[in-house]
Amino acid sequence: MGRYIIRRVLQAIPLLFIISVVLFVLMQASGDPLATLGGRRPPRSEDRERLRRQLGLDQPVLVQYLYWLIGNDWVLIDVDGDGVGDQYGTRKGVLRGDFGNSLVTRQPAMQVIAERIPNTLLLMITSEIVIIVVSLFIGVYSAIKQYSLFDHIITALAFVTYSMPIFWIALMLMYIFAVNFRAWGLPYLPTVGMYEPAAGKTVAQVAWHMVLPVASISLISIASYSRYIRSNMLEVINSDYIRTARAKGLSERRILFVHALKNAALPLVTIIGMDLPLLLGGAVVTERIFAWPGMGRLFLDHLTRMDYPVLMGLLMLISVAVVVFQLLTDIVYTWLDPRIRYT
Amino acid sequence: MSTSATAPGQFGEIGFATKPMSLWRMTLRRFLRHRMAVVGTVTLILIFLYIIIGSLIFSEAYANYNDTSIRLQPPSPEHPFGTDTVGRDILARTIYGGQISLMIGLLAAVVAVTIGTTVGALSGYYGGLLDAVLMRITEAMLSIPTILLLLVMSKFFSGRIPDVHLLGRTFSGSVIVIIVIIGLTSWMYLARIVRSCFLSLKEEEFVLAAHAMGAPHWRVILVHILPNTLAPIIVAATLGVASAILLEAYISFLGMGVRQPTASWGNMLDGAYQYLEQAPWLWIFPGLLIILTVMSINFVGDGLRDALDPRSEKKV
Repeated sequence: MGRYIIRRVLQAIPLLFIISVVLFVLMQASGDPLATLGGRRPPRSEDRERLRRQLGLDQPVLVQYLYWLIGNDWVLIDVDGDGVGDQYGTRKGVLRGDFGNSLVTRQPAMQVIAERIPNTLLLMITSEIVIIVVSLFIGVYSAIKQYSLFDHIITALAFVTYSMPIFWIALMLMYIFAVNFRAWGLPYLPTVGMYEPAAGKTVAQVAWHMVLPVASISLISIASYSRYIRSNMLEVINSDYIRTARAKGLSERRILFVHALKNAALPLVTIIGMDLPLLLGGAVVTERIFAWPGMGRLFLDHLTRMDYPVLMGLLMLISVAVVVFQLLTDIVYTWLDPRIRYT
Repeated sequence: MSTSATAPGQFGEIGFATKPMSLWRMTLRRFLRHRMAVVGTVTLILIFLYIIIGSLIFSEAYANYNDTSIRLQPPSPEHPFGTDTVGRDILARTIYGGQISLMIGLLAAVVAVTIGTTVGALSGYYGGLLDAVLMRITEAMLSIPTILLLLVMSKFFSGRIPDVHLLGRTFSGSVIVIIVIIGLTSWMYLARIVRSCFLSLKEEEFVLAAHAMGAPHWRVILVHILPNTLAPIIVAATLGVASAILLEAYISFLGMGVRQPTASWGNMLDGAYQYLEQAPWLWIFPGLLIILTVMSINFVGDGLRDALDPRSEKKV
């Protein structure tokens, strides 16, 4: 097992390397981060040139990538443009934990991102819990009541929900629970932000503001997860050891939730492990609609200005999360299901 | 798959009363027995009729004609779906938007299937270093969330592709960008499926026989192995159309997709949430069309999966 983990980690290194090169090259060719610098008071062209040299944007893409990766504190940078290096660079490079400074806010990119991570995680983890709990309940129930009215309704709803774009679900929920509920004089849900500025950032405020975003994120996944659990459950319910459990006279609830569900939910671990980091990126749309100050919105905001240190930081962070979660999933799986062994 | 060429007379001599059904006929029969797949097919035909007949009634110029004096009007006999933020008729725009969305869905799926099949076939057939490199690239692409990758790529391509004039119409360059980038970001799962099919099929005896008869590699790949992997490719292509339509809607919704004034179901929704209260018709109609289309395609895909898999006969 130890050897397996080491091998997987070693395999991840070239993978992350490929990802970073491809993304970096794509971004460098996408636009000039200095084009929108200064907003309505653009800097003089001499200043712009000097800044370009200082930031290393005048260098070829591969050199820039090298600076991004291992820093430029070992080369002399030609700041005044006379062809002779004047001063050492200040960047340490990603490998030494420095993702560069945001071109927009001038803060370290990692700091900009770190401010947003808790907000996104709050949204994602809550959604994932809602998804798992609700879809386990629906999946098990529609499996034991196969072909009942409930099962048919859930099947139809799952198909419809699964075909909806997430933003349409969000708009619909907003329209019903915020706009119409207010029109009908019912307590209505907020649609924008994390809290009312007047009320402050209290737990109740944030929880209240989370209802709609979490519902929008969860619905599609609930549709597919519950179908998955249902079909697994149906397979398991007809197996011999369930019959044995019944013959032993165990209560139906114990059979379903202890004996059957354990095996039926096992493959779910893989799906959750694959989905969880992807949810980080999938939040782009939801965060935009609900003006949730998370990583997805950060990505969108900084993409329009080509702030590549922040964008690269975000993308690499998510890629690392994907790789780590895949490994964790495999490890957890062997622990949960002793029949599987990696060598 | 390739056994469909059995001569009818062959069975007649042994004494079958009726002619045996050909493989495609059997597939069609299994497909027609799948109720939801038939419903999906019919709905898709209706949607196609809607966007074709509709374009004969309204001109594209009318769909793009804006009159700000009638902006944000609720549905009325004159404008059955209402008007949008600059006074364009939403009904006409859903027709032309539908053409663009469906075209993007179909062509992006073609791009994705071409890349996926090629990568999977090469990787599975040749193995070795080529396989290792191609599979690492596939994994790398899978490790970045699709939407983020799409956004980065659309930023990269934006403004690089000029408008295209075809069949008397002008297609915004952004449409082509969307087709290319969706194709480039959705081939990975298919590549893995095709690769695994190739890995097992290339050990089969009919491949050995083909080699023994001196068939070149390209012939073994294209003529002998590929036809046997058609079933998963067809299913993936169908479902790919649905996911491409959804992805188009996502990036257009985020304002990085098809550019105005060209309509697509996705970009009709862009900015609609600012008028959530005043004008729900802005997003309800294009959204419903997206859902209906995607759902129908998913049903057809499910039906095809069952129909193309002979083992599923008992389940139906």
